Amino acid sequence: MEARQVLSPSKKGKLIPMLQQIQERFGYLPEEEMVKVAQLCGVTESKVFGAASFYAQFRFTPIGRNRVMVCRGTACHVQGAPQIMETIERELSIKEGQTTPDLEYTLESVACIGCCALAPCIMINNKDVHGRLTPQKVTEIFATPKREAQDAS
Amino acid sequence: MPVKTVLLGQGTCCISAGAKQISAALREEIARLDLAGTVQVKHTGCRGFSQIDPVVIIEPEGLLYSEVKVDDAPEIARSLLPQGQPIERLFYRDPVTDRAIPHHRDITFYNNQQRTVLKNCGYIDPEEIDDYLAVGGYQALRKVLSEMTPEQVIDAVKRSGLRGLGGAGFPAGRKWEACRRASRESRVESRESGRETPDSRLQTPDSYVVCNADEGDPGAFQDRSVLEGDPHSVVEGMIIAGYAVGATKGYVYVRAEYPLAVKRLGIAIAEARERGFLGENVLGNGFGFDIEIFQGAGAFVCGESTALTLSLEGARGMPKPLPRPRTTEVGLWGRPTLLNNVKTFANIRWIINKGAEWFASQGTEKSKGTAIFSLTGKITNCGLIEVPMGITLREIIFDIGGGVPGGRTFKAVQTGGPSGGVLPEGLLGTPIDFDSLTAAGSMMGSGGMVVVDEDTCMVDLARYFLDFTQKESCGQCSLCRLGSVQMLEILNAITEGNGRIEDIDLLIELGESVKIGSICGLGQSAPNPVLSTIRYFREEYESHILEKKCPARVCKGLISYIIVSDKCKACMICLRKCPVEAIKGGKNEVHVIDQDNCTRCGVCLSVCPERFGAVEIIPGREVKIHG
Ligand SMILES: Cc1cc2nc3c(=O)[nH]c(=O)nc-3n(C[C@H](O)[C@H](O)[C@H](O)COP(=O)(O)O)c2cc1C
Ligand code: FES
Repeated sequence: MEARQVLSPSKKGKLIPMLQQIQERFGYLPEEEMVKVAQLCGVTESKVFGAASFYAQFRFTPIGRNRVMVCRGTACHVQGAPQIMETIERELSIKEGQTTPDLEYTLESVACIGCCALAPCIMINNKDVHGRLTPQKVTEIFATPKREAQDAS
Repeated sequence: MPVKTVLLGQGTCCISAGAKQISAALREEIARLDLAGTVQVKHTGCRGFSQIDPVVIIEPEGLLYSEVKVDDAPEIARSLLPQGQPIERLFYRDPVTDRAIPHHRDITFYNNQQRTVLKNCGYIDPEEIDDYLAVGGYQALRKVLSEMTPEQVIDAVKRSGLRGLGGAGFPAGRKWEACRRASRESRVESRESGRETPDSRLQTPDSYVVCNADEGDPGAFQDRSVLEGDPHSVVEGMIIAGYAVGATKGYVYVRAEYPLAVKRLGIAIAEARERGFLGENVLGNGFGFDIEIFQGAGAFVCGESTALTLSLEGARGMPKPLPRPRTTEVGLWGRPTLLNNVKTFANIRWIINKGAEWFASQGTEKSKGTAIFSLTGKITNCGLIEVPMGITLREIIFDIGGGVPGGRTFKAVQTGGPSGGVLPEGLLGTPIDFDSLTAAGSMMGSGGMVVVDEDTCMVDLARYFLDFTQKESCGQCSLCRLGSVQMLEILNAITEGNGRIEDIDLLIELGESVKIGSICGLGQSAPNPVLSTIRYFREEYESHILEKKCPARVCKGLISYIIVSDKCKACMICLRKCPVEAIKGGKNEVHVIDQDNCTRCGVCLSVCPERFGAVEIIPGREVKIHG
């Protein structure tokens, strides 16, 4: 890390990597943390907010326990991804970009997950890929945890 | 000494198909059978044939097992015993001939390709530098440092005819030469102004080498595969570039969603540093060069050179206004900067090792070497392919790709992603090279190739790409910002059944204005998908507008779901599953969809048992209830 800092021509160049580290830790960018980044990088707070809001990667609200990413890559689109997104929105009663009030799910879209042969597909929590989906299969995926939760209560 | 090697692809695509679990199970079984001494399990990058992932390859025989499951691990391990036999049921079956093919060399998907950049992907362990060294890795760097002057390196790249593979196809050698010139001039300048101190050189390098691994096209994954499968080839290319242009520092700007590529690249850089290929004194030659990884944060426009450098500097990644300086002259931190794509760098070692003439002997007169495509969509053999420039689209789609699956009819092929266009059947004879594709109204782009069939709506496809670029517009140019929104609104209206016939010409007019009125490639190319679909599929736009029908049965506002009464078995499944209770009927009473309440969510179609197949989509809105 030391050596890297020497190599970097300016602290400002560390702004985005720092925001990425914060997001990795908190799941989103809390306001206090962004203020700290501004001080550390020696730039104004508005510069930090400006940069953060420009990039799709950064979020400003907490994230749900399960992150559902719907592939909106071209291959998935032509195989029916919009219908998959709609079905999930209906199942979870939230829209793309939102988190369920119980913080169970966050629904997002990403460009090409990289398994186009399985299109249309979704990825849950950055690891579980569900491919060749139909509205019916989607209903099954999201019905199970809900039923379990009900059984438990 | 191991007598057999099991190669296991561990790219993002392989892992998502379950390759990690298979690896663990296989290793366990091999240990259990006491085979660890004779069988070596090797993790590699993806071999590219995503359709049949996860793949297990047994060398030296060259056996390929396709679509392997965790449960297959014990049997595969047993087959590796001295008396073991190949497992026929896991052989790949050719989808056209239905013949079982035991060896990977006989699979048409592979043997119609010409792999240079992808040669090692799927053969070597990307996390082991020794594997790369064993296939001649870093020999090009050694040769360059011991035998060649920077000018000679640049000359070789120029003579090879290599053109940048990030989309625009700018001649690589000319870019390198321009950067070297600018770099030398700025060094002289700083020496004269007395700014240079002995240790300021590594802190503020004279110039930079930047690798563009932003891969913004939402339908492409070839840069990711190269980084995951053969990261050292990119590192080696960058070091050679650094030596040639006189840079001491390199950055790889990687797309944020590529964690595995970032990890493998990080390992490769660390290993290269350890072995003296990177650092203050590369191979003891007095030349200093180091590489750092920078993760992009999800903005398509950051793939553009000036936006990318601003993003590296921690700012909003917006293309610089015109007239903007060339990145080769005023790039990162105001210094001369060489920006090339992942594949451009990965080609360098081959040019040095095999010679510029060898490279120039491949491809066409103006596009040399090979092209890499992510072949996806409605295609039998989905995957990553590398082909010589000049091969036709037809050869790629039908010989390598195996054509459209499921007996459907080919409609078009889309290349160049959101900046490119579609080409219809009649243009399948078009050779793959930068200029021919552009002339046909599409472009090479960075390598997405999406095949679509009769079930794909061209208006919807155009809308999809425009929706993407419109969201990604940085907003500086009003024509790009507002014009693309206008175009999108018109397309939305057409797909919802509210289009007017004059909208088609309006789209063309707006599209041409957006192209002219934008300062960067994003706006200049954003209308391409719309313009090319109008050019080749105007009648589909007209059907949407005049007949209020979506012929491909995609656009929700212009289709109807119906239940065919003689096929319906009144099983109640769809009736129960319909989320809006739009299906009427009962036990022993044929079901009917109430068109007024139907939201066209598609649930009924997906739950109707395949053997009944009673739910169908028809073009147009059914006003009356279908009986
Ligand atoms: C909106 C936009 C997005 C781009 N995205 C990429 C990209 O993802 N990868 C890439 O290599 N080049 C991309 N480019 C092209 C780069 O600006 C640049 O031409 C290229 O990286 C140069 O490398 P090359 O000469 O090796 O092709 C993009 C250009 C524009 C205008
Ligand atoms: S387009 Fe969805 S995985 Fe590639």
